[in-house]
Amino acid sequence: MVLVLLSDYEKAEVRRRLPKGTGGAGPIVRLRTEHKPGGENQHKETRMGKTCAEKILAYKSGHDTVEPGQIVTVKPDYLLMHDNAAAIFAKIREPLEQFGIVRPDLPVIVLDHVIPAASEKTARNHQQIRRLVEKYQLPHFFEMGTGICHQVMVEQGLARPGRLIVGSDSHTCTYGALGAFATGIDRTEAAALLLGGEMWLKVPASIKVNLQGQFPVAVGAKDFILQLIGDISADGANYAAVEFHGRVDQLTMDQRLTIANMGVEMGAKVALFPVDQVTRDYLVGHNATTSNELPACQEYWADPDAVYQQELNYNLAQLVPVVAQPHSVDAVVPVTQVQGVRIDQCLLGTCTNGRLSDLATAAAILKGRHIDPHVRLLVLPASRAIFQAALQQGIVATLCQAGAIWLPPGCGPCLGAHQGVLAPGERCLSTANRNFKGRMGCKEAEIFLASPATVAASALHGCITDPRKEV
Amino acid sequence: MKVWQYGDNVNTDQLFPGKYTYTCSTAEEIKPHLLEDLDPHFAKEVQPGDIILAGKNFGCGSSREQPVLGLKAVGLQAVVAVSFARIFYRSAINQGLLLVEAPEAVKAYQPGQTVQLDVLAGTITLGRQTFHFPQLPPQILAIRQAGGLLPYTLAKLSKAQSNKP
Repeated sequence: MVLVLLSDYEKAEVRRRLPKGTGGAGPIVRLRTEHKPGGENQHKETRMGKTCAEKILAYKSGHDTVEPGQIVTVKPDYLLMHDNAAAIFAKIREPLEQFGIVRPDLPVIVLDHVIPAASEKTARNHQQIRRLVEKYQLPHFFEMGTGICHQVMVEQGLARPGRLIVGSDSHTCTYGALGAFATGIDRTEAAALLLGGEMWLKVPASIKVNLQGQFPVAVGAKDFILQLIGDISADGANYAAVEFHGRVDQLTMDQRLTIANMGVEMGAKVALFPVDQVTRDYLVGHNATTSNELPACQEYWADPDAVYQQELNYNLAQLVPVVAQPHSVDAVVPVTQVQGVRIDQCLLGTCTNGRLSDLATAAAILKGRHIDPHVRLLVLPASRAIFQAALQQGIVATLCQAGAIWLPPGCGPCLGAHQGVLAPGERCLSTANRNFKGRMGCKEAEIFLASPATVAASALHGCITDPRKEV
Repeated sequence: MKVWQYGDNVNTDQLFPGKYTYTCSTAEEIKPHLLEDLDPHFAKEVQPGDIILAGKNFGCGSSREQPVLGLKAVGLQAVVAVSFARIFYRSAINQGLLLVEAPEAVKAYQPGQTVQLDVLAGTITLGRQTFHFPQLPPQILAIRQAGGLLPYTLAKLSKAQSNKP
């Protein structure tokens, strides 16, 4: 056992839970149980070092240690659902009468995919979800307009270090940015979890990515993760846990969220970042939802001698702006190879790049200028909180004056549901995470993926543009 | 029995377009849109017992369940591929749709060959050649044998409930 001084956010959390009037003299400490081989005896290092995923899954499954390939049973801390929640509940209508929900605060439901409702059918779907929330008294429901589900999970303090979170959405891996073991599942798995609360997981092998250097001007996290996916291909990290090491400390939380968000696009089960001061500072500011059942935070990171299936090294200083060409996320080329390609629609937003820093990057490029008359620039902030901050900072006005169209904080055009569907022959340059054929609602259209800087620079000229020319 | 052959990285947007995700949930709603953006003949011509043969990373992309539900509903015998994306793989187990990871068989396949699957033996025979494929771990096999994740879960919960004093 080890006595550890609490970080600032943990102290804030403890104070919130203490009865009012409790004094706070002296340091607050907690016991951190280290899951080292051999149990209590910390001096015996008889086994090899463990990866982050191995440690989290060992703890969550009640084993001392686990090995890649091992099947374990875990009880997720949270289950995320969105507009698909009603369909999930519908699968287990009768069993719910018999068994009830295993834990009313297990599900987190965020309305974000087709918001506001685009048809009577989607309106009825939302209506049904609200009825279910009321019927089962579910505390974690976020009405449309709050934000995209993955942004809400981190802003509301639900995604925290050491938690095991699953979601009926493939981009649940986003919360790995905060050191949570987070991964996507399907609707049937979600339904089974509502009833029984537990699931099997295969312990993944891990891939180590070492980062050195600093981003050059106009190059950012999106360029890095697209480059990585382009290098190892769409199944290069299949079933694996990807860990980011090295100069991670210089990456902001927004940048880590962008990177982790796209883990699934290389087949990864989870994409993990270490918990450091950047994480702790972020958590202090995003503590809205407290939970007395779950621990405030558990920090895990790989041992120095952990074993990996692959190690990759990147010097961020050597990266260039890149673009993923249609129709595959790993069809990545330097922007210089596709510059001049005419585009019809630009999309700035989504769970990948809809954060304040992304909007600010675009605003810096577009300030005082106007987009090309043949381009539509759609902007979707990832949450209401981000939109409010963007209002305060003049970003909304800047982009509006540049000709942008502001859309609500939702997923809208990314999956071709509404709010920016394409016509045959059209091209969209998007900060989203997927460009499969037909993704934005039309199989004769083309989607290119890029960073916010590249999208903003390209909106100015009506064709794919190297953002280094505009900064 | 027809073999529908496709390449690498067949994604869930190609298997079932995202724009229908919130308007199509039942088997009857899903079936007409299966593989709509990949092969317009599939939905109209697929018969029970047919097989899909594909390259690597089959089923990558979104976690939407409609592809697996639809393929099960049309009576597809199995998807035989070089490899599968993980969410799709779990999804198939959850629905009892047979997925066979057999890279050598896929490589050896010649159009027109007969394909025979023996799930118990763990073999796939193309013409005269027989290939082995890995079996599921026992915990996961139990889910498939129960008919899928929901029957498996309900059986467990019923047993737990009847064991209570």
